[in-house]
Amino acid sequence: MTTDTEPVVEKPPVRRRSGLPGWAVQALVSLSAIVLALVVGAVLIIIGDEKVKSASSYFFAAPGDTISAALTAVGDAYQALLVGAVGGLNPIAESLTQATPLICGGLAVSLAFRTGLFNIGAQGQLIVGAIFAAWVGFAWHLPVGIHLIIAVIAGIIGGAIWGGLVGLLKARTGAHEVIVTIMLNYVAIYLLQWLLTTSAFQRPGRTDPISPIVDSNAQYPQLSGNRLHLGFVLALVAAAFVWWLLNRSTVGFELRAVGANPDASRTAGMSVGRAYTIAMLVAGALAGLAGTQQVLGTDLPLTDGVAASVGFDSITVALLGRGTPVGTVLAGLLFGALNAGGLQMQLQTQTALTLTTVLQAVIVLFVAAPALVRSIFRFLPRERGLGAVLAKGWNG
Amino acid sequence: MTTTEATEPAGPTEPVEVERTIESPTERAQRIRYGSILLVLAAVTILLAATTGDGRAAFGLLGGSEVLGSAAAWVGILVLLAATVAAVVLPFTGRAPRATAALAPLLLLFAVMFFKTKGSASFSVPAGATAWTLAVLAVACAVVWVLRVAGGRLNGLLGSIVVIGFFAAFLCWAVAGKNLAFPISNQFQGTLNFATPLILGALAGVVCERAGVINIAIEGQFLFGAFTAALVSSTTGSSAAALIAAAATGVLLAALLAVFSIKYLVNQVVLGVVLVVFATGVTGYLYDEFMQENAADLNTPHVLTAVKIPGLGDIPFIGPILFNQTVLVYLMYLAVAVVTFVLFETRWGLRVRSVGEHPKAADTVGIKVSRVRYSAVLWAGVLAGLGGAFFTVGYGGAFVKEMTAGNGFIALAALIMGRWHPIGATVAALFFGFATQLQSQLQIVDTPIPGDLLLMAPYLATVVAVAGLVGRVRAPKADGEPYVKG
Repeated sequence: MTTDTEPVVEKPPVRRRSGLPGWAVQALVSLSAIVLALVVGAVLIIIGDEKVKSASSYFFAAPGDTISAALTAVGDAYQALLVGAVGGLNPIAESLTQATPLICGGLAVSLAFRTGLFNIGAQGQLIVGAIFAAWVGFAWHLPVGIHLIIAVIAGIIGGAIWGGLVGLLKARTGAHEVIVTIMLNYVAIYLLQWLLTTSAFQRPGRTDPISPIVDSNAQYPQLSGNRLHLGFVLALVAAAFVWWLLNRSTVGFELRAVGANPDASRTAGMSVGRAYTIAMLVAGALAGLAGTQQVLGTDLPLTDGVAASVGFDSITVALLGRGTPVGTVLAGLLFGALNAGGLQMQLQTQTALTLTTVLQAVIVLFVAAPALVRSIFRFLPRERGLGAVLAKGWNG
Repeated sequence: MTTTEATEPAGPTEPVEVERTIESPTERAQRIRYGSILLVLAAVTILLAATTGDGRAAFGLLGGSEVLGSAAAWVGILVLLAATVAAVVLPFTGRAPRATAALAPLLLLFAVMFFKTKGSASFSVPAGATAWTLAVLAVACAVVWVLRVAGGRLNGLLGSIVVIGFFAAFLCWAVAGKNLAFPISNQFQGTLNFATPLILGALAGVVCERAGVINIAIEGQFLFGAFTAALVSSTTGSSAAALIAAAATGVLLAALLAVFSIKYLVNQVVLGVVLVVFATGVTGYLYDEFMQENAADLNTPHVLTAVKIPGLGDIPFIGPILFNQTVLVYLMYLAVAVVTFVLFETRWGLRVRSVGEHPKAADTVGIKVSRVRYSAVLWAGVLAGLGGAFFTVGYGGAFVKEMTAGNGFIALAALIMGRWHPIGATVAALFFGFATQLQSQLQIVDTPIPGDLLLMAPYLATVVAVAGLVGRVRAPKADGEPYVKG
């Protein structure tokens, strides 16, 4: 009846097929989404700014004041954001530090995506990984080199257990991974809180939930004298591994096949349950690696805030990265830069850090709806076969 | 009940006589799975009984009545027994008799409580003996379940006895020999409080998903509702305006969900997660920039006061718990009834379910799929927004960043545990409320278990339930699939 009941895809493809390769089109859409998000952010900055508030009280007397105050506010805030993210060596190092766990967490979500699983449990897997790594880090005392390797492996195993459990339950009983991962996130948080009250984990002489600092042998070595540590390199290695796994290995082929069509894969003789278990095992391992980066790289003692919101931000990172390793790395870098820049913005212009959360959400929202972005930026070419793997419901 | 229910596990319903005697392989598998979980529960109950300490377990009650304690309690008990027997023996079919039978032990327990208190504020039982009695009862019921005596007609009753027996034995174990009485009235009061937003959120999810739109954004709708309710209540001083505003912002986020999922065909799980982040960011930003500095003007909401319903509110024990509540809780009761009725008894409800199950078929007979989906998602937004209002004006007062603390995701879990049925979702939400309240009560009574582990229990229980009890849950067939006409 009305036009709004007509899905957009319905329109016949009147637009020209561009000669651009797929990745270029995606990059254009992503860039447009970022521009749109910055516009939304600008509106929020303007309504939140003190000077704009006072100037708008006499808006009709001198509208120019309001407009110039608004422009100044937006300009100042975004300048601080940009300088805080990439304006010099230290800001760049801080951005990379922030991006490190986001990349690993994002890979954990991406890999599950490609297998047709929605892994909301990166948070829990990260926490369990951090618990394992921290315990090896402060309770064991090993020589230089070996200690770090063992601690990282412990963290990876911890995350893999937490993630693999989900895959196993899904394969054996059909328990939906969304529910199980949400629940296991809570279990992991309470497990961490409880452990930090036990004598095995709580720092002697302290009553608050904090563990001893991990041995210096178990800490990631610093790169370049600021907070950036070796974990960042590991994150890139992990991305390369995931790329190899998905695109060059037999197992990865099975994972992608199951993700694309589980019924067809079953008919072709693949074990869907095995694919689910492997995917969640590896995804958990990647999230566990992110946990080691948090606790052995930046935090050093284990606290109940070790995961912050990294596990949840990983989901948006993976969505922005469209489930590919390269995209996830780029998305992780972007969000890391936004986080680092957001801190500077808050310091310099008193614009709340939560603005970056809005920016992140709006970016992903627009990226997920290319049809909408195209209806705003008419020059964008059409895109083919986007998100076929992701377009699934509960029953998929 | 009706045979059109989409949650019925087996396909076409078999005749009644067959149901009694022959068991299909699916039913058999289900019986063994449920039975083994009940057996495990019963075994744990024995373990609890064996480790229960000496002394008496004291329980506190509010609103017990001498009058009811004597005569009326007996009448109530007899009526309940009669109803239970009738439900089990009479040849009714469907779920209603099983549900009645499942509810009976709980009501019986309530009746015994009136009787036991005789108006006094607390009563106590010998902890060990009571726990053992309950354990033996639980084991017996679990075994009867597994042996499938009486063709499964006793299932509701048996399951209910095992679960109640387990919790009662657990309480005896936890408070044995303690001086402080375990406050039972508080337990149920708190259950209702914690469950109210969960139920509203889960109902919102049921309406959405029955129409084929996955709603993971309940958490975001909660945050929007909580924020606006606090803001509007503080600035206007009107609770009615606050609730309307909360519902409106719930609809606002629902509109985003609807437009992006129905018009722009965005993957709905992705969309839901993004909308939660969006709502977290927007409410967080507005809080940081405006509310925090002007808390006196913008963040001092008027918390709803309890309104006692005359007559019903005077019933001993149950009255103060159920019928001396805020208007939001009454709205929740209404919502459960209305959603159940509308979804299963009205034309609109049938259309909602049909576009959620088979949009193409619905389209073929002339139902406007997108329009029905829009209306379902937007109406669900009203429910979720009201659920969000509970966190500020309904219970807690001032708005705090991210104050809904994952309750929207718990509502989602309740919806799935309740198998996309309004009543099932309500029961699951009540279970979460019960467990949360139990944890905070046991902290006060000072039990041997660390609080964090108790907090963990409901989430672990959900994993077990989803993996074992619910099994391969069946969502509405087209849930999450955008419909493209053609």
